[in-house]
Amino acid sequence: MVVAVRDVHYAVGGRPIFAGLDLDVRRGRITAIMGPSGTGKTTLLKLITAQVRPQRGRVQVFDRDLATLHEREVYALRRRTGMLFQNGALLTDIDVFENVAFPVREHSDLPEPLVRLLVLTKLQAVGLRGAANLMPAELSGGMARRVALARAIVMDPEILLYDEPFVGLDPISLGVILRLIKQMNAALGITSVVVSHDVHELATIADDSYLISGGRVAAAGTPAQLRASDSAAVRQFMTGSADGPVPFHYPAPDYATQLLEAERR
Amino acid sequence: MINLRPSGYLLGGVRRLGSVTIFLVQLLSRSLSALARPRLLVMQIYNTGARSLIIIMLSGLFVGMVLGLQGYDLLRRFGSEEALGTAAALGLLRELAPVITALLFAGRAGTALASEIGLMRATDQLTAMEIMAVDPLSYVAAPRFLGGVLAMPLLTAIFSMIGLFGAQLVGVQLMGVDRGVFWSQTQSSVDLHDVNEGLVKSIVFGIACSLIAVHEGYHAEPTAEGVGLATTRTVVASSVIILLLDYVLTAAFL
Repeated sequence: MVVAVRDVHYAVGGRPIFAGLDLDVRRGRITAIMGPSGTGKTTLLKLITAQVRPQRGRVQVFDRDLATLHEREVYALRRRTGMLFQNGALLTDIDVFENVAFPVREHSDLPEPLVRLLVLTKLQAVGLRGAANLMPAELSGGMARRVALARAIVMDPEILLYDEPFVGLDPISLGVILRLIKQMNAALGITSVVVSHDVHELATIADDSYLISGGRVAAAGTPAQLRASDSAAVRQFMTGSADGPVPFHYPAPDYATQLLEAERR
Repeated sequence: MINLRPSGYLLGGVRRLGSVTIFLVQLLSRSLSALARPRLLVMQIYNTGARSLIIIMLSGLFVGMVLGLQGYDLLRRFGSEEALGTAAALGLLRELAPVITALLFAGRAGTALASEIGLMRATDQLTAMEIMAVDPLSYVAAPRFLGGVLAMPLLTAIFSMIGLFGAQLVGVQLMGVDRGVFWSQTQSSVDLHDVNEGLVKSIVFGIACSLIAVHEGYHAEPTAEGVGLATTRTVVASSVIILLLDYVLTAAFL
Protein backbone atom coordinates (compact mmCIF):
# COMPACT_ATOMS: atom_id res chain seq x y z
CA MET A 1 0.00 0.00 0.00
CA VAL A 2 1.47 3.35 -0.99
CA VAL A 3 -1.24 5.51 0.59
CA ALA A 4 -3.62 4.45 3.31
CA VAL A 5 -6.31 6.83 4.57
CA ARG A 6 -8.04 5.64 7.73
CA ASP A 7 -11.16 7.17 9.30
CA VAL A 8 -10.14 10.70 8.36
CA HIS A 9 -12.23 13.58 9.66
CA TYR A 10 -11.52 17.03 8.35
CA ALA A 11 -13.54 20.24 8.56
CA VAL A 12 -12.89 23.76 7.33
CA GLY A 13 -14.48 26.58 9.30
CA GLY A 14 -16.96 24.20 10.92
CA ARG A 15 -18.01 22.73 7.55
CA PRO A 16 -17.14 19.04 7.47
CA ILE A 17 -15.29 17.93 4.31
CA PHE A 18 -14.51 14.38 5.37
CA ALA A 19 -16.32 12.38 8.00
CA GLY A 20 -14.74 8.96 8.28
CA LEU A 21 -12.92 8.65 4.96
CA ASP A 22 -11.18 5.32 4.27
CA LEU A 23 -9.27 4.51 1.12
CA ASP A 24 -6.15 2.77 -0.17
CA VAL A 25 -3.84 3.43 -3.07
CA ARG A 26 -2.06 0.30 -4.22
CA ARG A 27 1.47 0.25 -5.61
CA GLY A 28 1.87 0.49 -9.37
CA ARG A 29 -1.80 1.13 -10.07
CA ILE A 30 -3.87 4.05 -11.28
CA THR A 31 -6.39 4.99 -8.64
CA ALA A 32 -9.20 7.32 -9.59
CA ILE A 33 -10.81 9.54 -6.97
CA MET A 34 -14.15 10.78 -8.27
CA GLY A 35 -16.90 12.88 -6.81
CA PRO A 36 -19.04 15.92 -7.46
CA SER A 37 -17.40 19.37 -7.22
CA GLY A 38 -16.83 20.48 -3.66
CA THR A 39 -16.53 17.00 -2.16
CA GLY A 40 -12.96 17.63 -1.09
CA LYS A 41 -11.08 15.77 -3.81
CA THR A 42 -8.34 18.40 -3.87
CA THR A 43 -8.34 18.43 -0.05
CA LEU A 44 -7.58 14.72 -0.17
CA LEU A 45 -4.44 15.46 -2.19
CA LYS A 46 -3.50 18.10 0.38
CA LEU A 47 -3.86 15.48 3.10
CA ILE A 48 -1.68 13.01 1.20
CA THR A 49 1.02 15.65 0.66
CA ALA A 50 0.80 16.78 4.30
CA GLN A 51 -0.20 20.33 3.39
CA VAL A 52 -3.06 19.94 5.84
CA ARG A 53 -3.50 17.53 8.72
CA PRO A 54 -6.68 15.61 9.53
CA GLN A 55 -8.47 16.54 12.75
CA ARG A 56 -9.06 12.86 13.39
CA GLY A 57 -7.88 9.68 11.74
CA ARG A 58 -4.64 8.75 10.02
CA VAL A 59 -2.99 9.29 6.64
CA GLN A 60 -0.13 6.93 5.86
CA VAL A 61 2.20 7.41 2.92
CA PHE A 62 4.90 4.81 2.24
CA ASP A 63 3.86 3.21 5.55
CA ARG A 64 4.66 6.37 7.52
CA ASP A 65 2.00 8.15 9.53
CA LEU A 66 2.15 11.76 8.33
CA ALA A 67 1.05 13.11 11.72
CA THR A 68 4.24 11.81 13.36
CA LEU A 69 6.64 13.35 10.85
CA HIS A 70 8.75 16.48 11.34
CA GLU A 71 8.94 19.10 8.61
CA ARG A 72 12.26 17.71 7.39
CA GLU A 73 10.79 14.22 7.07
CA VAL A 74 7.74 15.58 5.28
CA TYR A 75 10.06 17.26 2.77
CA ALA A 76 11.98 13.99 2.35
CA LEU A 77 8.70 12.21 1.64
CA ARG A 78 7.65 14.87 -0.84
CA ARG A 79 10.80 14.24 -2.87
CA ARG A 80 9.35 10.81 -3.63
CA THR A 81 6.08 12.42 -4.70
CA GLY A 82 5.15 14.30 -7.85
CA MET A 83 2.05 16.39 -8.28
CA LEU A 84 0.36 17.83 -11.33
CA PHE A 85 -1.65 20.93 -10.49
CA GLN A 86 -4.87 21.84 -12.22
CA ASN A 87 -3.38 24.96 -13.82
CA GLY A 88 0.15 23.56 -14.11
CA ALA A 89 1.50 25.97 -11.46
CA LEU A 90 4.60 26.62 -13.55
CA LEU A 91 6.97 29.28 -12.24
CA THR A 92 6.13 32.21 -14.48
CA ASP A 93 9.48 34.02 -14.32
CA ILE A 94 11.55 31.21 -15.86
CA ASP A 95 11.23 29.35 -19.18
CA VAL A 96 9.98 25.81 -19.79
CA PHE A 97 13.45 24.27 -19.62
CA GLU A 98 14.26 25.94 -16.30
CA ASN A 99 10.86 24.97 -14.90
CA VAL A 100 11.55 21.30 -15.54
CA ALA A 101 15.14 21.69 -14.32
CA PHE A 102 13.99 23.47 -11.16
CA PRO A 103 13.61 20.43 -8.83
CA VAL A 104 16.85 18.93 -10.17
CA ARG A 105 18.85 22.08 -9.51
CA GLU A 106 17.31 22.48 -6.07
CA HIS A 107 17.90 18.93 -4.91
CA SER A 108 21.11 17.84 -6.61
CA ASP A 109 24.51 19.09 -7.69
CA LEU A 110 24.41 17.39 -11.08
CA PRO A 111 26.72 18.91 -13.69
CA GLU A 112 24.99 21.09 -16.28
CA PRO A 113 25.28 18.60 -19.22
CA LEU A 114 23.55 15.95 -17.13
CA VAL A 115 20.76 18.35 -16.07
CA ARG A 116 20.29 19.22 -19.71
CA LEU A 117 20.10 15.55 -20.68
CA LEU A 118 17.60 14.81 -17.94
CA VAL A 119 15.35 17.76 -18.76
CA LEU A 120 15.41 17.10 -22.51
CA THR A 121 14.43 13.44 -22.06
CA LYS A 122 11.49 14.39 -19.84
CA LEU A 123 10.39 17.10 -22.26
CA GLN A 124 10.69 14.60 -25.10
CA ALA A 125 8.45 12.20 -23.13
CA VAL A 126 5.68 14.80 -23.03
CA GLY A 127 6.36 15.88 -26.61
CA LEU A 128 7.52 19.40 -25.81
CA ARG A 129 11.27 19.29 -26.35
CA GLY A 130 10.76 21.92 -29.03
CA ALA A 131 9.11 24.27 -26.54
CA ALA A 132 12.05 24.28 -24.12
CA ASN A 133 12.78 27.96 -24.61
CA LEU A 134 9.21 29.24 -24.40
CA MET A 135 7.98 31.14 -21.35
CA PRO A 136 4.97 29.68 -19.45
CA ALA A 137 2.80 32.60 -20.63
CA GLU A 138 3.34 31.48 -24.24
CA LEU A 139 1.92 27.98 -23.63
CA SER A 140 -1.63 26.78 -24.13
CA GLY A 141 -3.43 25.19 -21.16
CA GLY A 142 -2.73 21.68 -22.40
CA MET A 143 0.94 22.43 -23.07
CA ALA A 144 1.38 24.00 -19.63
CA ARG A 145 -0.02 20.87 -18.05
CA ARG A 146 2.36 18.69 -20.07
CA VAL A 147 5.35 20.81 -19.00
CA ALA A 148 4.13 20.52 -15.41
CA LEU A 149 3.95 16.76 -15.91
CA ALA A 150 7.54 16.71 -17.17
CA ARG A 151 8.54 18.70 -14.08
CA ALA A 152 6.60 16.32 -11.83
CA ILE A 153 8.45 13.26 -13.17
CA VAL A 154 11.92 14.77 -13.50
CA MET A 155 12.97 13.50 -10.06
CA ASP A 156 11.54 10.03 -10.83
CA PRO A 157 8.84 10.03 -8.13
CA GLU A 158 7.29 6.82 -6.86
CA ILE A 159 3.83 8.31 -6.71
CA LEU A 160 2.22 10.91 -8.96
CA LEU A 161 -0.83 12.89 -7.92
CA TYR A 162 -2.99 14.47 -10.62
CA ASP A 163 -5.37 17.26 -9.58
CA GLU A 164 -8.19 17.53 -12.14
CA PRO A 165 -5.89 16.85 -15.11
CA PHE A 166 -8.68 16.95 -17.72
CA VAL A 167 -10.38 20.24 -16.87
CA GLY A 168 -10.64 22.71 -19.74
CA LEU A 169 -8.72 20.66 -22.31
CA ASP A 170 -9.64 20.30 -25.97
CA PRO A 171 -10.20 16.68 -27.13
CA ILE A 172 -6.69 16.34 -28.58
CA SER A 173 -4.92 17.67 -25.47
CA LEU A 174 -7.18 15.50 -23.36
CA GLY A 175 -6.22 12.42 -25.37
CA VAL A 176 -2.55 13.35 -24.97
CA ILE A 177 -2.83 13.72 -21.18
CA LEU A 178 -4.73 10.44 -20.89
CA ARG A 179 -2.06 8.65 -22.89
CA LEU A 180 0.69 10.23 -20.82
CA ILE A 181 -0.88 9.21 -17.50
CA LYS A 182 -1.18 5.66 -18.75
CA GLN A 183 2.37 5.74 -20.11
CA MET A 184 3.93 7.12 -16.93
CA ASN A 185 2.21 4.39 -15.00
CA ALA A 186 3.07 1.54 -17.34
CA ALA A 187 6.58 2.52 -18.45
CA LEU A 188 7.92 4.01 -15.22
CA GLY A 189 5.84 1.97 -12.79
CA ILE A 190 4.68 5.14 -11.04
CA THR A 191 1.72 4.74 -8.69
CA SER A 192 -0.86 7.27 -9.81
CA VAL A 193 -3.73 8.99 -8.05
CA VAL A 194 -6.04 10.86 -10.39
CA VAL A 195 -8.55 13.21 -8.86
CA SER A 196 -11.28 14.19 -11.31
CA HIS A 197 -14.96 14.23 -12.04
CA ASP A 198 -14.60 13.15 -15.66
CA VAL A 199 -16.11 9.70 -15.31
CA HIS A 200 -15.61 8.56 -18.91
CA GLU A 201 -11.98 9.60 -19.16
CA LEU A 202 -11.16 7.96 -15.85
CA ALA A 203 -12.93 4.74 -16.79
CA THR A 204 -10.47 4.24 -19.64
CA ILE A 205 -7.35 4.41 -17.49
CA ALA A 206 -8.20 3.64 -13.86
CA ASP A 207 -7.45 0.31 -12.20
CA ASP A 208 -9.26 1.21 -8.99
CA SER A 209 -11.89 3.90 -8.44
CA TYR A 210 -13.37 5.59 -5.43
CA LEU A 211 -16.46 7.73 -5.49
CA ILE A 212 -16.49 10.23 -2.66
CA SER A 213 -19.75 11.77 -1.54
CA GLY A 214 -20.89 13.28 1.74
CA GLY A 215 -17.43 13.15 3.28
CA ARG A 216 -16.87 9.42 2.86
CA VAL A 217 -16.39 6.77 0.19
CA ALA A 218 -19.78 6.15 -1.43
CA ALA A 219 -18.52 3.38 -3.69
CA ALA A 220 -15.26 1.64 -4.55
CA GLY A 221 -14.12 -0.86 -7.14
CA THR A 222 -13.19 -0.96 -10.79
CA PRO A 223 -14.90 1.59 -13.04
CA ALA A 224 -17.08 -1.23 -14.42
CA GLN A 225 -18.19 -2.21 -10.92
CA LEU A 226 -19.06 1.39 -10.15
CA ARG A 227 -21.16 1.66 -13.30
CA ALA A 228 -23.04 -1.53 -12.37
CA SER A 229 -23.75 -0.24 -8.84
CA ASP A 230 -27.39 -0.23 -7.78
CA SER A 231 -26.94 2.72 -5.42
CA ALA A 232 -28.96 5.69 -6.68
CA ALA A 233 -26.22 8.16 -5.67
CA VAL A 234 -23.51 6.25 -7.57
CA ARG A 235 -25.74 5.82 -10.61
CA GLN A 236 -26.61 9.51 -10.70
CA PHE A 237 -22.95 10.47 -10.71
CA MET A 238 -21.84 7.85 -13.21
CA THR A 239 -24.62 8.70 -15.68
CA GLY A 240 -24.56 12.42 -15.01
CA SER A 241 -28.29 12.83 -14.27
CA ALA A 242 -29.24 16.37 -13.33
CA ASP A 243 -31.53 15.32 -10.51
CA GLY A 244 -31.33 12.50 -8.01
CA PRO A 245 -29.93 12.05 -4.51
CA VAL A 246 -27.84 15.15 -5.33
CA PRO A 247 -30.75 17.51 -6.06
CA PHE A 248 -30.75 19.86 -9.04
CA HIS A 249 -32.08 22.67 -6.85
CA TYR A 250 -30.06 24.29 -4.14
CA PRO A 251 -32.23 24.29 -0.97
CA ALA A 252 -34.72 27.18 -1.31
CA PRO A 253 -38.11 28.29 0.06
CA ASP A 254 -41.24 27.17 -1.79
CA TYR A 255 -41.15 28.36 -5.41
CA ALA A 256 -44.82 29.46 -5.74
CA THR A 257 -44.80 31.28 -2.40
CA GLN A 258 -41.65 33.17 -3.29
CA LEU A 259 -42.98 34.20 -6.71
CA LEU A 260 -46.27 35.41 -5.20
CA GLU A 261 -44.36 37.36 -2.57
CA ALA A 262 -42.27 39.02 -5.26
CA GLU A 263 -45.42 40.05 -7.09
CA ARG A 264 -47.04 41.53 -3.98
CA ARG A 265 -44.06 43.86 -3.36
CA MET B 1 -14.66 39.34 7.98
CA ILE B 2 -15.30 42.95 8.91
CA ASN B 3 -15.12 43.65 12.59
CA LEU B 4 -15.97 47.20 13.56
CA ARG B 5 -15.64 46.86 17.34
CA PRO B 6 -12.59 48.65 18.80
CA SER B 7 -11.52 45.45 20.54
CA GLY B 8 -11.66 43.72 17.16
CA TYR B 9 -9.33 46.34 15.65
CA LEU B 10 -6.96 46.04 18.59
CA LEU B 11 -6.94 42.26 18.49
CA GLY B 12 -6.49 42.30 14.71
CA GLY B 13 -3.59 44.73 15.05
CA VAL B 14 -1.84 42.68 17.71
CA ARG B 15 -2.36 39.51 15.70
CA ARG B 16 -0.88 41.16 12.61
CA LEU B 17 2.10 42.44 14.54
CA GLY B 18 2.69 38.93 15.87
CA SER B 19 2.37 37.44 12.41
CA VAL B 20 4.85 39.96 10.94
CA THR B 21 7.33 39.33 13.76
CA ILE B 22 7.19 35.55 13.31
CA PHE B 23 7.57 36.07 9.57
CA LEU B 24 10.66 38.24 10.14
CA VAL B 25 12.24 35.52 12.28
CA GLN B 26 11.43 32.94 9.59
CA LEU B 27 12.99 35.15 6.91
CA LEU B 28 16.12 35.82 8.96
CA SER B 29 16.56 32.11 9.66
CA ARG B 30 16.46 31.52 5.90
CA SER B 31 18.72 34.41 4.99
CA LEU B 32 21.84 32.26 4.92
CA SER B 33 20.33 29.87 2.40
CA ALA B 34 19.16 32.90 0.41
CA LEU B 35 22.71 34.28 0.42
CA ALA B 36 23.83 30.91 -0.92
CA ARG B 37 21.76 31.68 -4.04
CA PRO B 38 23.56 34.84 -5.20
CA ARG B 39 21.89 34.70 -8.62
CA LEU B 40 18.43 35.04 -7.08
CA LEU B 41 19.60 37.81 -4.78
CA VAL B 42 21.19 39.81 -7.60
CA MET B 43 17.99 39.37 -9.60
CA GLN B 44 15.95 40.81 -6.74
CA ILE B 45 18.31 43.74 -6.17
CA TYR B 46 17.90 44.44 -9.88
CA ASN B 47 14.10 44.14 -9.65
CA THR B 48 13.62 46.30 -6.58
CA GLY B 49 16.67 48.54 -6.87
CA ALA B 50 17.69 49.09 -10.47
CA ARG B 51 14.12 49.23 -11.69
CA SER B 52 13.31 51.96 -9.15
CA LEU B 53 16.30 54.06 -10.24
CA ILE B 54 14.54 56.34 -12.72
CA ILE B 55 11.76 57.34 -10.33
CA ILE B 56 14.26 57.81 -7.47
CA MET B 57 16.60 59.92 -9.58
CA LEU B 58 13.85 62.09 -11.02
CA SER B 59 12.28 62.64 -7.61
CA GLY B 60 15.68 63.35 -6.08
CA LEU B 61 16.40 65.97 -8.71
CA PHE B 62 13.11 67.79 -8.21
CA VAL B 63 13.18 67.57 -4.43
CA GLY B 64 16.70 69.00 -4.51
CA MET B 65 15.64 71.81 -6.85
CA VAL B 66 12.69 72.74 -4.65
CA LEU B 67 14.98 72.64 -1.64
CA GLY B 68 17.32 74.98 -3.51
CA LEU B 69 14.53 77.47 -4.24
CA GLN B 70 12.88 77.40 -0.81
CA GLY B 71 16.20 77.30 1.02
CA TYR B 72 17.56 80.22 -0.97
CA ASP B 73 14.44 82.28 -0.36
CA LEU B 74 14.46 81.57 3.37
CA LEU B 75 18.20 82.06 3.89
CA ARG B 76 18.24 85.31 1.87
CA ARG B 77 15.89 86.85 4.44
CA PHE B 78 18.63 86.34 7.02
CA GLY B 79 21.37 87.28 4.59
CA SER B 80 22.99 83.90 4.75
CA GLU B 81 22.52 82.47 1.25
CA GLU B 82 25.93 80.86 1.44
CA ALA B 83 24.51 78.37 3.97
CA LEU B 84 22.32 76.91 1.22
CA GLY B 85 24.69 73.98 0.64
CA THR B 86 24.63 73.07 4.32
CA ALA B 87 20.86 73.31 4.57
CA ALA B 88 20.28 71.22 1.45
CA ALA B 89 22.87 68.60 2.34
CA LEU B 90 21.69 68.16 5.93
CA GLY B 91 18.02 68.14 4.95
CA LEU B 92 18.61 65.58 2.26
CA LEU B 93 21.03 63.30 4.06
CA ARG B 94 19.25 63.17 7.39
CA GLU B 95 15.61 63.43 6.44
CA LEU B 96 14.35 63.86 2.92
CA ALA B 97 16.40 61.22 1.11
CA PRO B 98 15.65 58.29 3.44
CA VAL B 99 11.97 59.16 3.89
CA ILE B 100 11.06 60.02 0.30
CA THR B 101 13.10 57.12 -1.08
CA ALA B 102 11.31 54.76 1.29
CA LEU B 103 7.88 56.16 0.36
CA LEU B 104 8.67 55.84 -3.35
CA PHE B 105 10.13 52.39 -2.76
CA ALA B 106 6.91 51.29 -1.05
CA GLY B 107 4.88 52.58 -3.98
CA ARG B 108 7.09 51.22 -6.73
CA ALA B 109 8.95 48.13 -5.48
CA GLY B 110 6.79 47.22 -2.47
CA THR B 111 3.60 46.94 -4.49
CA ALA B 112 5.42 44.97 -7.19
CA LEU B 113 6.75 42.54 -4.57
CA ALA B 114 3.40 42.09 -2.84
CA SER B 115 1.43 41.54 -6.04
CA GLU B 116 4.07 39.23 -7.52
CA ILE B 117 4.20 36.98 -4.47
CA GLY B 118 0.41 37.21 -4.05
CA LEU B 119 -0.09 36.06 -7.63
CA MET B 120 2.39 33.23 -7.10
CA ARG B 121 0.23 32.18 -4.17
CA ALA B 122 -2.99 32.51 -6.20
CA THR B 123 -1.61 30.44 -9.09
CA ASP B 124 -0.36 27.63 -6.80
CA GLN B 125 3.29 28.34 -7.57
CA LEU B 126 4.19 28.51 -3.88
CA THR B 127 2.27 25.30 -3.14
CA ALA B 128 3.95 23.60 -6.10
CA MET B 129 7.34 24.50 -4.60
CA GLU B 130 6.32 23.02 -1.25
CA ILE B 131 5.26 19.82 -2.99
CA MET B 132 8.62 19.75 -4.81
CA ALA B 133 10.19 19.92 -1.34
CA VAL B 134 11.54 23.43 -2.01
CA ASP B 135 10.88 25.89 0.80
CA PRO B 136 9.19 28.94 -0.78
CA LEU B 137 10.35 31.06 2.15
CA SER B 138 13.97 30.37 1.18
CA TYR B 139 13.44 30.51 -2.55
CA VAL B 140 10.87 33.29 -2.98
CA ALA B 141 10.46 35.33 0.20
CA ALA B 142 13.97 35.60 1.68
CA PRO B 143 15.78 36.72 -1.52
CA ARG B 144 13.12 39.36 -2.17
CA PHE B 145 13.33 40.59 1.40
CA LEU B 146 17.13 40.77 1.36
CA GLY B 147 17.12 42.35 -2.10
CA GLY B 148 14.90 45.14 -0.80
CA VAL B 149 16.96 45.61 2.36
CA LEU B 150 20.17 45.95 0.32
CA ALA B 151 18.62 48.14 -2.38
CA MET B 152 17.18 50.79 -0.06
CA PRO B 153 20.45 52.32 1.27
CA LEU B 154 21.86 52.38 -2.26
CA LEU B 155 18.76 54.14 -3.61
CA THR B 156 18.85 56.58 -0.67
CA ALA B 157 22.49 57.44 -1.39
CA ILE B 158 21.68 58.07 -5.04
CA PHE B 159 18.68 60.20 -4.03
CA SER B 160 20.90 62.34 -1.75
CA MET B 161 23.52 62.78 -4.42
CA ILE B 162 21.11 63.78 -7.17
CA GLY B 163 19.16 65.95 -4.70
CA LEU B 164 22.27 67.87 -3.76
CA PHE B 165 23.05 68.31 -7.43
CA GLY B 166 19.52 69.68 -7.94
CA ALA B 167 19.91 72.15 -5.07
CA GLN B 168 23.23 73.25 -6.49
CA LEU B 169 21.68 73.63 -9.91
CA VAL B 170 19.08 76.06 -8.62
CA GLY B 171 21.16 77.77 -5.92
CA VAL B 172 24.38 78.26 -7.85
CA GLN B 173 23.37 78.30 -11.52
CA LEU B 174 20.04 80.08 -11.18
CA MET B 175 20.17 82.15 -8.01
CA GLY B 176 23.83 82.99 -8.16
CA VAL B 177 25.16 81.59 -4.87
CA ASP B 178 28.92 81.24 -5.14
CA ARG B 179 29.88 77.73 -6.21
CA GLY B 180 32.97 77.55 -4.04
CA VAL B 181 31.11 78.74 -0.97
CA PHE B 182 28.23 76.32 -1.62
CA TRP B 183 30.50 73.27 -1.73
CA SER B 184 32.95 74.30 0.97
CA GLN B 185 30.10 75.07 3.41
CA THR B 186 28.59 71.71 2.57
CA GLN B 187 31.89 69.94 3.09
CA SER B 188 32.70 71.58 6.39
CA SER B 189 29.28 71.25 8.02
CA VAL B 190 28.32 67.71 7.12
CA ASP B 191 29.98 65.13 9.32
CA LEU B 192 29.84 61.38 9.62
CA HIS B 193 27.07 61.54 12.21
CA ASP B 194 24.71 63.06 9.61
CA VAL B 195 25.60 60.45 7.02
CA ASN B 196 25.11 57.72 9.60
CA GLU B 197 21.66 59.02 10.51
CA GLY B 198 20.55 58.72 6.90
CA LEU B 199 22.21 55.34 6.54
CA VAL B 200 20.60 53.88 9.65
CA LYS B 201 17.22 55.27 8.64
CA SER B 202 17.48 53.82 5.14
CA ILE B 203 18.43 50.40 6.49
CA VAL B 204 15.56 50.40 8.99
CA PHE B 205 13.10 51.62 6.32
CA GLY B 206 14.44 48.98 3.94
CA ILE B 207 13.77 46.24 6.47
CA ALA B 208 10.29 47.61 7.28
CA CYS B 209 9.17 48.16 3.67
CA SER B 210 10.50 44.85 2.34
CA LEU B 211 9.13 42.93 5.31
CA ILE B 212 5.65 44.44 4.93
CA ALA B 213 5.57 43.88 1.16
CA VAL B 214 6.79 40.27 1.31
CA HIS B 215 4.56 39.46 4.28
CA GLU B 216 1.44 40.92 2.66
CA GLY B 217 2.11 39.11 -0.63
CA TYR B 218 2.95 35.83 1.04
CA HIS B 219 -0.20 35.86 3.14
CA ALA B 220 -2.54 37.26 0.49
CA GLU B 221 -5.86 35.54 -0.09
CA PRO B 222 -5.40 33.52 -3.29
CA THR B 223 -7.96 35.58 -5.24
CA ALA B 224 -7.84 38.67 -7.46
CA GLU B 225 -9.39 40.69 -4.65
CA GLY B 226 -6.91 39.28 -2.13
CA VAL B 227 -3.91 40.27 -4.23
CA GLY B 228 -5.34 43.77 -4.73
CA LEU B 229 -5.90 44.12 -1.01
CA ALA B 230 -2.36 42.95 -0.24
CA THR B 231 -0.98 45.61 -2.60
CA THR B 232 -3.04 48.39 -1.03
CA ARG B 233 -2.13 47.30 2.47
CA THR B 234 1.55 47.31 1.53
CA VAL B 235 1.47 50.98 0.52
CA VAL B 236 -0.69 52.12 3.42
CA ALA B 237 1.14 50.19 6.14
CA SER B 238 4.59 51.03 4.75
CA SER B 239 3.84 54.75 4.51
CA VAL B 240 2.56 55.00 8.06
CA ILE B 241 5.36 52.87 9.50
CA ILE B 242 8.03 54.87 7.64
CA LEU B 243 6.80 58.17 9.07
CA LEU B 244 6.42 56.70 12.55
CA LEU B 245 9.88 55.12 12.51
CA ASP B 246 11.30 58.35 11.10
CA TYR B 247 10.13 60.25 14.15
CA VAL B 248 11.54 57.63 16.52
CA LEU B 249 14.89 57.50 14.74
CA THR B 250 15.19 61.28 14.45
CA ALA B 251 14.55 61.59 18.16
CA ALA B 252 17.14 58.92 18.85
CA PHE B 253 19.82 60.67 16.78
CA LEU B 254 19.33 64.15 18.28
